[in-house]
Amino acid sequence: MIRDPKDLKRYNASERANHWTVGISFILLALSGLAFFHPAFFPLTQLFGGPVWARIIHPYLGVIMALAFLVIFLRFKHLNKMTPADKEWLAKAKNMVDGNDHDMPEQGKYNGGQKVMFWALAVCMLLMTVSGLLIWRAWFGFDITLVRLGAVVHAAAAAVMIGLIMVHVYAAIWVKGTVRAMWYGTVTRAWAKQHHRGWYRQVTGK
Amino acid sequence: MALQSLDIKQRSATTTPSTQVRETMEIAKLIDVSTCIGCKACQVACSEWNDIRAEVGENIGVYDNPVDLDAKAWTVMRFAETDEKGKLEWLIRKDGCMHCADPGCLKSCPSPGAIIQYKNGIVDFHQENCIGCGYCVTGCPFNVPRISKEDSKAYKCSLCSDRVAVGQEPACVKTCPTGAIQFGSKEDMKVYAGGRIADLKRRGYENAGLYDPEGVGGTHVMYVLHHADRPDLYSGLPANPSVSPLVSIWKGFTKPLATLALAGVALGSLFHYVTKGPNEVSKEIEDEIEREDREEEAAK
Repeated sequence: MIRDPKDLKRYNASERANHWTVGISFILLALSGLAFFHPAFFPLTQLFGGPVWARIIHPYLGVIMALAFLVIFLRFKHLNKMTPADKEWLAKAKNMVDGNDHDMPEQGKYNGGQKVMFWALAVCMLLMTVSGLLIWRAWFGFDITLVRLGAVVHAAAAAVMIGLIMVHVYAAIWVKGTVRAMWYGTVTRAWAKQHHRGWYRQVTGK
Repeated sequence: MALQSLDIKQRSATTTPSTQVRETMEIAKLIDVSTCIGCKACQVACSEWNDIRAEVGENIGVYDNPVDLDAKAWTVMRFAETDEKGKLEWLIRKDGCMHCADPGCLKSCPSPGAIIQYKNGIVDFHQENCIGCGYCVTGCPFNVPRISKEDSKAYKCSLCSDRVAVGQEPACVKTCPTGAIQFGSKEDMKVYAGGRIADLKRRGYENAGLYDPEGVGGTHVMYVLHHADRPDLYSGLPANPSVSPLVSIWKGFTKPLATLALAGVALGSLFHYVTKGPNEVSKEIEDEIEREDREEEAAK
């Protein structure tokens, strides 16, 4: 039963499935990757059937995530072009974080912060994929200097990416009424009007 | 540990100290390149004692066979020809793990206890804990570890840790017919090398010297070289080996820092929620939309 037929459609089923493919593979990658990142996280390998299985599975999950991310990237990149309103939003981001979003500039489907997140994740994803291939010994044997560089870049980009995703997930939890857009695709009109007024006007014609 | 000879100095992916109480003598293997005749008895002894046999390869036109180190060939003779003062010199180096005091492999390994450094200096791979990631290869400044194609585990010379543990010399040392491979305490080996170097210098090799590179904290396999000023003559023995700065960044202080930073982001988010509260849709906007709905309804 739909609570309100006038709710706005933010994501279609295919976009949601795409997002969850990226999300699930990211979580599994982060858990198995952290295990090799620092000894404190090594016990996480038990979630994957032991350390050897974690080592075997991790890069294949990476391939799934890279492909699924590429699709998401191509789907949404035109919606993530930076505009002057985004820059203004970013300049006032501190107010937003303080919980005072009254005089934030009007935003389209995505605000400046979301767009920065989008491009930062895209850069990380590219670095992770290239460096990951460099250190995937089961299939490749690159020059040792490249492998060493790959190891450093992979670890550094992974740390940044995990941090970014924490912020991404937290923002969705913090802004009430957001998570449902990723579960079943809709948001309330009030949510849209408050957080993405430009997009609200565009889809409602008001 | 049951045997003092197996007391552990450090262990891979372990952040607390290993056994530090007992002081064990540091051992070393000394390879005198100037008295090696290239007979490969050491290669055979190694494969006999360790029950490994590399695939029979092909003759590539030189004596090197097997051509390279392998999961089943932990030591190989490398033959190099060079022209010194108008005379041909045939430089034969027994290659294998150097058992560094500061081992890049152990530093890189993510699996607790897969790489062990005993207090006597031997760096040993414990394959039962190896996960096959190949990070040891990435960390090694001498290009020694090899990943087996059969079981995806890393293998290399163990300096016959099993023999040394019970007071015997490594198999290669025992079998060497010319005494070119010596074994004993590292101190004694340096004294022995001193005698060999003095002899070489008397015979005109003024640059003879000991290869015990400082960059990796010294090694527990050392060479006496006639041309210690140019180790690269010996099939590319690195002149100043050290753990790559990339590996040090990768495995050094940055990891605990990154871990703390991530914990900071997680806790920061939690406390942000608790202190600032959630960002709810305002009642005002909800009422506004309801009012518009009612007006539209009335207009119909």
